[in-house]
Amino acid sequence: MKLRGMPDRQTLRVWQIMVLLVTLAVWRLLSHNDQFAFFFGDPVTVAGRIWSWFLPFAMPPNATFPEGLPGNADIYLHLGVTLLETVLAFVIGTVLGLALGLWFALAPSASAIFDPYIKAANAMPRVILAPIFALWFGLGIWSKVALAVTLVFFVVFFNVFQGVREVSPVVLANARMLGANQRQLLRTVYLPSATSWVFSSLHTSVGLAFVGAVVGEYLGSARGVGYLILQAEGVFDVNTVFAGIVVLTACALVLDGIVGVIERVLMKWQPRMGETEKL
Amino acid sequence: MSATAARALELRDISVTFRSREERDARYTAVASTTLEVGAGEFVSVVGPTGCGKSTLLNVAAGLLEPSSGEVRVFGQPLAGINRRAGYMFQAEALMPWRSARDNVMVGLQYRGVPPAQAREQADAWLARVGLAGFGDRYPHQLSGGMRKRTALAQTLALDPDIILMDEPFSALDIQTRQLMENEVLELWAGGEGRRAAPSPKPQTPSGGGREAPGGQHGRRKAVLFITHDLDEAIAMSDRVIVLSAGPATHPIGEFAIDLPRPRDVAEVRADPRFVALHSEIWAVLREEVLKGYAQQLRVAA
Repeated sequence: MKLRGMPDRQTLRVWQIMVLLVTLAVWRLLSHNDQFAFFFGDPVTVAGRIWSWFLPFAMPPNATFPEGLPGNADIYLHLGVTLLETVLAFVIGTVLGLALGLWFALAPSASAIFDPYIKAANAMPRVILAPIFALWFGLGIWSKVALAVTLVFFVVFFNVFQGVREVSPVVLANARMLGANQRQLLRTVYLPSATSWVFSSLHTSVGLAFVGAVVGEYLGSARGVGYLILQAEGVFDVNTVFAGIVVLTACALVLDGIVGVIERVLMKWQPRMGETEKL
Repeated sequence: MSATAARALELRDISVTFRSREERDARYTAVASTTLEVGAGEFVSVVGPTGCGKSTLLNVAAGLLEPSSGEVRVFGQPLAGINRRAGYMFQAEALMPWRSARDNVMVGLQYRGVPPAQAREQADAWLARVGLAGFGDRYPHQLSGGMRKRTALAQTLALDPDIILMDEPFSALDIQTRQLMENEVLELWAGGEGRRAAPSPKPQTPSGGGREAPGGQHGRRKAVLFITHDLDEAIAMSDRVIVLSAGPATHPIGEFAIDLPRPRDVAEVRADPRFVALHSEIWAVLREEVLKGYAQQLRVAA
């Protein structure tokens, strides 16, 4: 189906790229003003910073970069730490959320007792726990993992809880008539049903794991992209701050893409709109 | 009826009363003092107006619902918990959407600890018998409504239950698919290998016709308790038709032996004069209940 006045795919791409180029051009033009450049940086310097972070060879002095660019290739350690924290937090948070969500959904008395505390813990602005985690786990990766886990956990937990509650009663009755015991019901009915809900929340929870890791680093660390941003901010190096933001955004997009691929592979049983798309 | 013949399923003086969760005193009696029996290898249909508690009765027979009073016996044994000798075909979609057709048929076998390779083989064989060979890898949403019902049928039959409970299994299908499915169910029930015999109205019946007390020669036949609101379907398929009253407090108000010869073709048997006679005889009883049920629904809606 095509909406009226909607450009086709290629034209759309062209327009999207135009928006980016125009934004960069305006940014570049405005940055000729020194005061503006102090607060908002300059896209060319930002690009140069990213070059130095990622590439191992230097750029000789030229018109754009009169002083040339060093090829440090020194971001990989920091990026690796941030991604490691993200993945750990994501895995731990998902497993915890899945386990506790299943348990609470299948044991109504437990969920009734803990209900107000779960609600309170979810309502609390959990980023504020970062100093406590730093105190408990030190400045290494685990205080960041802990912070990100608190963010991921609740998303997964509530989705699993909902997923188990919304298992079709007919499918459940059918499985029981086919002879499933409690354990088999859990494995073949509750878990797959809950997993589909977890997957629908996966994009959110990966994003939150990333946010938790970076915010944790920003609040106190010795490594990670959040640490780089914190350092740069300390010396008013706004270009490095922007470069860090660009790198983080790109990473988040890549993570989201990976999740999308995994989702498509594992959730192929779900009906999708557009499956009968015309060639 | 030979009283000593093995009874597959007996419901004795069953009553089911639901209590409202909000108001403790609000009660609804769906089924009141109902007694019915299904002999081994017998095909019994229960017809009644919509909303009269037919499904409730079936859930009691399945062991999914405990009756408020009365007793369920399965092959003479009192039933406690799930009825292990019964298979259940539900009215609504009961396939697991996250499993392919083959995995859905396999799942019951896996619950019973059949090794995967063997379960897979049996599942494929059953899919072939219900006409779905080559569709094993499809997920339920990729199958049509009729194909999903066939998969559900294969899923139920793969466990080789002695009793099959069917709750308006074909009510969601269009009329042509429905008649095809009804004939196939009859063939599978009669122990045929699913051969699509040329529909001849009066072939020789080696199994001795459809008297209500089945002879010894079809010991492999399963007992069927078939719930429907479609009287044509009930007469065309069954050995015996039981008519329920309108709810609440539904109970049987009539029982009719269907002495049409087997094998039957559900489409052609409707033209049989005996079918027409039975239909008008049963309809005379059912009509009043249908009107009562309809009037009650209007009152609830008002």
